[in-house]
Amino acid sequence: MNETSFLDINQKKYSFKEDLEYLEVFPKGLNKEIVEAISKIKNEPEWMLKIRLKAYGEFLKKPMPTWGPDLSNIDFNDITYYLSANKKVENDWEKVPEKIKNTFEKLGIPEAERKFLAGAGAMMESTTAYHKLREDLEKKGIIFCDTDTAIHKHPELIKKYFGTVVPIVDNKFAALNTAVWSGGSFVYVPKNVKVDLPLQAYFRINAEKTGQFERTLIIVEEGAEVNYIEGCSAASYSSNSLHTAVVEVVALKDSRVRYTTLQNWSDNIYNLVTKRAHAYENAYVEWLDANIGSAITQKYPSVYLKGEYAKANILSVAFANNNQIQDTGAKAIHFAPNTTSTIISKSISKGSGKTVFRGLVQVQKGAKNCKSFMKCDALMLDKEAKSDTIPSLKINEEDVQVGHEATVGKVGEDQLFYLMSRGLTEQEATNLIVNGFFKQFTKELPLEYALEFNKLIELEMKNEIN
Amino acid sequence: MNQLEINNLNVEIKEKKLLDGISLKINSGEIHVLMGPNGSGKTSLSNAIMGNPKYKITKGTIKFNNKDILNLKVDERARLGIFLGFQYPSELSGVTITQFLKQAYSNLDKNISFLDFNNILKEKIKELNIDYSFIKRNLNEGFSGGEKKKNEILQMNILKPKIAILDEPDSGTDVDALKLIANGINKTVNENNTGILLITHYNRILEYVKPDFVHIIHNGKIILSGDLSLAHQIEEEGYEKIIGVKNE
Repeated sequence: MNETSFLDINQKKYSFKEDLEYLEVFPKGLNKEIVEAISKIKNEPEWMLKIRLKAYGEFLKKPMPTWGPDLSNIDFNDITYYLSANKKVENDWEKVPEKIKNTFEKLGIPEAERKFLAGAGAMMESTTAYHKLREDLEKKGIIFCDTDTAIHKHPELIKKYFGTVVPIVDNKFAALNTAVWSGGSFVYVPKNVKVDLPLQAYFRINAEKTGQFERTLIIVEEGAEVNYIEGCSAASYSSNSLHTAVVEVVALKDSRVRYTTLQNWSDNIYNLVTKRAHAYENAYVEWLDANIGSAITQKYPSVYLKGEYAKANILSVAFANNNQIQDTGAKAIHFAPNTTSTIISKSISKGSGKTVFRGLVQVQKGAKNCKSFMKCDALMLDKEAKSDTIPSLKINEEDVQVGHEATVGKVGEDQLFYLMSRGLTEQEATNLIVNGFFKQFTKELPLEYALEFNKLIELEMKNEIN
Repeated sequence: MNQLEINNLNVEIKEKKLLDGISLKINSGEIHVLMGPNGSGKTSLSNAIMGNPKYKITKGTIKFNNKDILNLKVDERARLGIFLGFQYPSELSGVTITQFLKQAYSNLDKNISFLDFNNILKEKIKELNIDYSFIKRNLNEGFSGGEKKKNEILQMNILKPKIAILDEPDSGTDVDALKLIANGINKTVNENNTGILLITHYNRILEYVKPDFVHIIHNGKIILSGDLSLAHQIEEEGYEKIIGVKNE
C-alpha cells in the first residue's frame, strides 16, 4: 500500500501516472454517436439525452472564443471523451479497484476524509469511483452523490435545476460540457440543515489526450448551509488534455454556500470551466478559487444576485509559471436591490507565465442601493513575467456604491534586502513575500488546505517547470 | 571578541561616488556614533556593510573577524552576526512579526518550539513596552514612525547580533519611544556584548546612550573622530563650523 500523508508533498505526489486497467475507452473524437453512446452507457432517461444533443448542436454552432488566450491548440478530434476504469460507484474505499484506490491514497484523499470531511467523492477520468456521506448527515436528508447517480435517484431535482444557472447557450465550453458531461457532484441540503464539516470531491485525470467533463450541481434550500471543497490534479504528459467542467449553485433564501477549489493541474491541461451561482434573498455565496498549473486556465466564477440583500464574495488566486496562462477573475451581477458583492483577486506570474484578471461588476436598472468592491493585485516575480488587468463596470442604476482598486508590482529589491538582512536566503525571503501576498486567501482555508496550498506554491517557486 | 574592520572603503551607485576612503574599526561592546549632515554617506556606509547589491564597492575592504566579507551575500553576512536596523524598514503584507521573526530566529536555534520562541518574544516586547497585539500585526504595515523604529530594536534584541549598525533609530520618535529604544540598545550591548555603530542626526539619543567614539562624516569621508565631547561641540557650534562648509 502506498499510503502517504496528506501533507507529504513533492512534485511526484501529483504528476505520477497510474497504470490503470480501463474497462471502457471510447474512440477519439466528437460526434453525435459519441454523445449518444455516453448517454447510453449511463442508461440515461430520454430527457437527458435530448438535453445532450441540443447542447451538442450549440457547441457546433458557437465559434471558438477569441477574446481570451489562444485556444487553437485544442484539437477536439484528438481527445477521448469517455473512459472509465471502474464499473460502479462504491461507498467503501476497500471496494474501489486497487489501482484507482492507489491513486487517491497517494493524493491523501481517504486520510483527509477520515480527518476532517463530512463526505468525500473521488472521480477518475470520466467516472466516479467513490462517494460517501457521513451517515448522520444522510439521515438529515442531505444528498451528496455523483451527478450520474442523481439523474436516476433524484430526477425531479435534476429536471428542476439542471442547466438553469448555466444554460446550454451560455458559451461554447458550457455547451460542450452539457453534451458530454460525466460524473461531478450533486449536493442537496434541505431547509435549515447545516453541514458542519466540508464535503469534498476530488477530480483526477490520469490518461493522456483525454477530456474530463464533470458536472456539479449544488442546491441549498432556505436557511441551509454547506461548505464544499474540490481538488483537482492530473498526471503529466507532453500532449494536451481538456478539463471542461460546469458548476451550478442554487442558493435559496437565507442560505450560505462556500465553494472552495484547489486546482493543481499538470501543465498539459487546458482548463476551461464555467462556474456560476444564483443567490436568492439574503443568501450568501462565496467562491474561493485557487488556480495552480495547467497550460491555460480560463475561469471566472460568478454570482447572480437575484434576491434582495443577497451577498457574494469571490476570492481568487492564481500562479502562472513558465509557459502558463492563468486567465481568471470573477463576475457579480446585481439584479436585485440592496445586494452586495466583493471581488478580490491575487495573482503571481513567473518567467514566461502570464496572469490576466477579468472582473465584471454589473448592476441592472432598479437594483438600487447595491454595493460592490473589486480589487486585484498582481505580483510579478521577474522581468519576463507578464500580467494584465481587465476590470469592467457596467452600472445601469444611479443609486449604487461601486469601488475598484488594482495594484501591479514586482518583488521589491528593498523588501528582499530587508528580509535577507535578517538571515533569510533569497529563496526564503521570496517565499515569505509570496506567502504573505496570498494570505488573504489562505487564511480562509481549513488549516490542512492552507498548508498544502503554501507548499504547492513553494514548489512552483522552486521549479522551472511544473 | 568580534571585530568589524572597514578599510579605505570606496562605494558608488551608478558611477556616483558615495563613500571615499572610509576606515573604521568596531569591536564587541563598543558604541560608535556616526554623525553627519544629510547626504554625507551615513546610509551608504550601512548599506555597504550589510551588502546591499545596489551599492558597488570600488576599493577597500570590509572584514569581520579578519575575514573578508565583501563576497558574502546579505543573508550570509547576517548569519555571521551582522545586523542592520533600517532607517526606512520595508512593509510586508500578510506576514506577521511573529512569523517573520520565528523564521529569522531559526538561524540561531533551528528546533525552537513555537511556545519557547513566543516566550522569548513576550519578554523582549515587555522591555520595549510593546503591546502583545503588536507582534500579531503584519510586518511594518501601517506602523507609525515610532513603531517601526521599536520594531527594528526588537528584532536586534531577539537576533542578538555581534555587530549592529543602527541607521537613525531615533528619527521620527517621541521622547518615550526614544528612551525605550536607547534602553534596548544599552541592554543589547550589556547582555550580548554587541558592538554598535549608531548613525544619528541629533544629540537627543546621546543623553541615554553613551558612545565610546564619535565620528563625523562628510562627503563620504570620516573627517573627525573623538569622544562624546565632539558630539556636544556639534550641538553647540553646528556642523558648518566644524566641517567648514554649509550644512545642506
